[in-house]
Amino acid sequence: MNRITTLFAALGLALAAAPALAQAPIKIAGLVELSGTGATSGTNFDNGVKLAVKEINAAGGILGRRVEYTSGDTQSNPGVAKALAQKAIDDGAYVVMGPVFSGSILVSMEETRRAEVPNFTGGEAAAITQKGNPYIFRTSFTQSSAMPKVARYIKNGIKAKTVDIMWVNNDFGKGGRDMIMKSLEAEGIKVGVDISTDPGQVDFSAAVLRAKQSNGDALFVYTNEEESARALRELRKQGYAKPIVGETVLTSQKVIELAGEAANGAVAHVGLTADAPLPTVRAFDEKFQREYRSKSDHNGLKGYSGMYVVKAITERIGKVDGKAFAAAMKGAKISAKDHPGVLMDVTFDQNGDLDRESFLTKAVNGKQVVVETLPPLGAK
Amino acid sequence: MGDLVQLLVSGTATGAIYALAALGFTLLWQAAGVINFAQGEFVMLPAFAMLAGLAFGLPVWLAFLIACVLAAIVLGAGFKQVVVDPLIRHGVIPLVIATLGLAIAVKSTVRAGFSAEAHPLPSPFPTGQLSIAGINVSYADIGTLALAGAIVIGLQAFLNRTVTGRAMQAVAQNTESARVLGIDVRRMVLYVFLINAVLAVVAALLIAPTYLAKFDMGDSIGLKAFFAAIIGGFNQTRGALLGGVLIGVLENLVGFYISPAYKEGVALVLFLGVILLRPEGLLGKAEERKV
Amino acid sequence: MSAPARRAAMLVAIVAALAIGAAFLKRSDVYLLTLTMVYLMATFGLNLTVGYAGQMSLGQAAFFGIGAYVAAIALKAGVPFLAVMPIAAVACFVIGLALGFPALRVQHHYLAFATLGFNVLVYLILRNEEQVTGGTYGISAIPRPTILGVSFEGHLAYFHFTLASLVALGALLWWLLRSPWGRAFAALRDNPIRAESLGVNITAYTLLAFAIGAACAGVGGVYYASLVEFIEPGPFHFSTSLMMLLAVIIGGSGRFYGPVVGTIIIILLPELLRGSSHEALKFMQKWYLVFFGLAVVALMVWLPGGIVSLADRFRRRSTS
Repeated sequence: MNRITTLFAALGLALAAAPALAQAPIKIAGLVELSGTGATSGTNFDNGVKLAVKEINAAGGILGRRVEYTSGDTQSNPGVAKALAQKAIDDGAYVVMGPVFSGSILVSMEETRRAEVPNFTGGEAAAITQKGNPYIFRTSFTQSSAMPKVARYIKNGIKAKTVDIMWVNNDFGKGGRDMIMKSLEAEGIKVGVDISTDPGQVDFSAAVLRAKQSNGDALFVYTNEEESARALRELRKQGYAKPIVGETVLTSQKVIELAGEAANGAVAHVGLTADAPLPTVRAFDEKFQREYRSKSDHNGLKGYSGMYVVKAITERIGKVDGKAFAAAMKGAKISAKDHPGVLMDVTFDQNGDLDRESFLTKAVNGKQVVVETLPPLGAK
Repeated sequence: MGDLVQLLVSGTATGAIYALAALGFTLLWQAAGVINFAQGEFVMLPAFAMLAGLAFGLPVWLAFLIACVLAAIVLGAGFKQVVVDPLIRHGVIPLVIATLGLAIAVKSTVRAGFSAEAHPLPSPFPTGQLSIAGINVSYADIGTLALAGAIVIGLQAFLNRTVTGRAMQAVAQNTESARVLGIDVRRMVLYVFLINAVLAVVAALLIAPTYLAKFDMGDSIGLKAFFAAIIGGFNQTRGALLGGVLIGVLENLVGFYISPAYKEGVALVLFLGVILLRPEGLLGKAEERKV
Repeated sequence: MSAPARRAAMLVAIVAALAIGAAFLKRSDVYLLTLTMVYLMATFGLNLTVGYAGQMSLGQAAFFGIGAYVAAIALKAGVPFLAVMPIAAVACFVIGLALGFPALRVQHHYLAFATLGFNVLVYLILRNEEQVTGGTYGISAIPRPTILGVSFEGHLAYFHFTLASLVALGALLWWLLRSPWGRAFAALRDNPIRAESLGVNITAYTLLAFAIGAACAGVGGVYYASLVEFIEPGPFHFSTSLMMLLAVIIGGSGRFYGPVVGTIIIILLPELLRGSSHEALKFMQKWYLVFFGLAVVALMVWLPGGIVSLADRFRRRSTS
C-alpha cells in the first residue's frame, strides 16, 4: 500500500516536472572504486551519490534539468581512474564525483583540472588540496584537520603517555601515520612501536604481537576497512586489553560488521557518520537503508552530501557552468537549514578543503555510537 | 622467550592452514601430473558455500559438511572430468594455463554474481586464550593446530596403512607399473581429486574466520600453498607440510623481529633459493625427465 | 600479389588507418589505443619467450615495471628519452640474463615458478624502497618526450610516437626471427631435440629469447610511464604477468600476430566495455572476466594454438 502511494507520488512529480525535464540532462560522472581494495569505500560513495541524484530528480532536477549520473569502476587503480576521468570529460560531464582513494584522485584530478571540470573527492590525504588545483573539492575532512582532534582525545580522553601506531602501507595509511605522529608530538605524547602493515594483509598475528609487547598505553590503528577488521579480530584473539583508537575507518559500519564483537570498545574520530544525532542525518540514514538494505558508512555520506553541494552551488550561480561553479565554491558557506541534503553546515576554503562539526564515536555491541560532538576547527 | 613461543605457535597454526592447501597441491601433482593454479580459489569457493549455508540458518558443522559434499562433487569430480581429463594429454603447460583461466573465471563469478566485499565467517573455536607460565596461546590457534594435525595424521595413516592408500601411492610413484599390478588407476586418481577438494574445505573453515571470506582471498592462499609445496618438495607429501609450517613461522618471525614490510619476502627468498639451488625441494627427490 | 606482399600491404593499410583515424577519435579512446600498444610491446617480447623458446614466464610485468621505474626516475632527472629507452632495455636484458641463467637449468614450469617469485619480489621492492621508488605514493609528473625539438606532449602526438615505435619494435623482432640466427628459434619451437642434434645450443638460445623478451617489456614500461605520467607499484603486480601470459597464449603463442589479438582481448575490449552505458554491454562488462576465464579453459581444450591459428584451420579446410 505504502509503496503504491509513493509510486503514484513519484509519478505525479515526474509528470509535473516533465516539461522542464525535456531539456538536455546535466551529466555527472562518478569515478568510483567498485572493485579492488577500495570496493567498500567506492560502493558506498557511489550509492550515496545515486541516492542524492534520485531524490534531486524526483524533486525536479537542478535548475529544472534532470541529472544523469553514470559511474565507472576505477578498480582502485590510479591508471584506470585517469582513463575514466578522460572519458568523463569526453562525455561532457559537468561535475566529476570521486574517486575516493587518494592515490587515484591525485592522478585523475590532473585530467579534470586540464578540462576545467569541478571534481569532488572522497580522498582524505592532505596533499590533494595542496597542489593549487582550483577545481578540486573535498567531501570530507583531511588527515591534517582530523589527526589533531584524535591526538587531543588521546591526551585528554584516555590520558596516554605513549601510543603505538599500526598503519597500512599505502598512500592513505602513510599520510595518516605521518600526520598523527606530528599531532602526537605537538601534544607531547610519545610514539612507541611503529607497525607498518600491507594493503590487503590477512595475517596480523606478528603485528598484533608487537603492539602487545610494547609498553604503550594505547594503540592507534589506521588501515582500510577489511584490514581494520582483521586487525581487530587478531587483537581480540590475542587478548589485547588497552584502548584502541582510530580515525573514521575503525568504527565504520563495515568494520564493525566484519569484526563482530572484536570491534567493541574501539573509539574513533569521525567526520561524518550515519549515526550522528542530527535530524538531517537520521533522515538520510533511513532513506539509505531503505534503498540499499544496508547501513551507509562515512563514504556514503560523502557522496550524498557532495552531490547536494553541487545542487546548492549550481542553483546559487543560476547556470550550468563548470568555471563559474569552481569560482563560486571559494569560501562558500552552505547551511543545512536551506539545503538539508548537505546534512551539516559546511564551509569551503580557497583550497577546496571543508570545515564542519565532527564526532567522537565508539563501537558498542555491534553498533557505532556517537559519544561526543566536536565543534568545527574554524569555530575556535 | 614468551614472545618467541607465541610467535612459533601462531606461525605454526597459520602454516598448518597453508600446508593443508599445499598438501592437496602436491597430491594432485603426484597422482595426476596437475599443477593447479586455481588452488586458492578452491579454498575461496567452499568459504562462500559455507557462508550461504549459514545464511540459510544452518549450524556451522552442517554448513561445513554440505560444503564438503559440494566441493567433492564440483571441485573434485567435476574439475577432473571437465578440465583435467580432456587436457592432460596435451601436457603440463596447457593444463596450467587452463587452471589460470579457471581461477579468473571462478573469482570473477563470485565477484559479479555474489559480492565484491569481504564477509565474516564465525569461528568454529571459542575466543579467548590459554595462559600457561606467562605464555598466551589463543584457543583459535590451538583448535587450528589440532584439527589440521588430526587431518594430516589421518591422511598419512590412510595413505600408508590402508590398501586403497597404498594403491594411491603406487599410482603416484609409477602409473604404469601400478596398472600392471592391477590397480584401478582411474579410481585412485579420482580419490586424489576428492581428497584435495575436502582439504580445501577444511582450509577454508580454518582461514575464513580471521582472514574474512572474499572473492580474491584465494590469491594469497594459493600463492602461499604454491610456495609451500615447492619449498618442501613438489613431489613429497611431507614436503608440503614442512613448507607450509616453515613459511608460517618465518613470516611471523621476520614480521616481528625484522620488518613487517618484508614479511612476504621471506617465503619468497626461500622459494627462489630453493628453485635455483635445489629445484626438487628440501625433502623432494629429483625427477627424471619423462620425455 | 604473393601472400607475403599481400600481408605487408594489409599491415601498412592498418597502420595508416590507425595513424589517420586516431585524429577523429575521442581523447579517451586514443589513450586506450596507446595503452594497448604499450602493453603490446611487452607481450610481443613475451611471445619470444613463450612462443618461440617454449618457456613459461610469469614475470613479464616485473620487467615492465623495471622499465617504467627506470624511465620515471631518469626522465625526471632530465635524461633525454632517446637515452632512457636503451638504458631501460639493457637493464631489463641484463636482469633477464641474471634471472634466466640459473632458472633455465630447470626449465618449463620451474621457470614459471621462479619468474613468478621474481615478480612478487620486485613488487615488494617497488612498494617498500620509498627513497628510490616513491613507495606507494608512486612517482608523478613524469614528462612526455621532446625529441629533436618536437614535443610529444599532446595525446595525439604521443599516440603517433608510440605507434611508430611499436612498428619499429615489431620490425626489429620480425627481422630477428627471419635472420639465420632467429631461425634457430623456430627450429627450437618446432622440434627441440632435432634442433639440438643440428648443433643449436638450446640453453643459450632460450636464455637469449628470455632476455630479449624482458628487454621488450622494459621498453614497453618506458612508454607506459610516459603515457600515464604517473606510476605506482599496482600495475606491476604479478597478476598483470598472468594476464600478459594469457594474452600471448589465447592470441596464439609462437605466431607473430598472436599477441596483437590477445592484447586487444585483455586490455582494449574490457576498457571499451567499461566505458559503455548500454545495459547489455554493462552486463558484459560485469561478467567479462568470467567469460574470459572460461574461454581460456575452452581454448586450451579445443584450440591450444590460440585464436590466430583459427585462420590456419580454415585455410587447411578450404585447400583440402
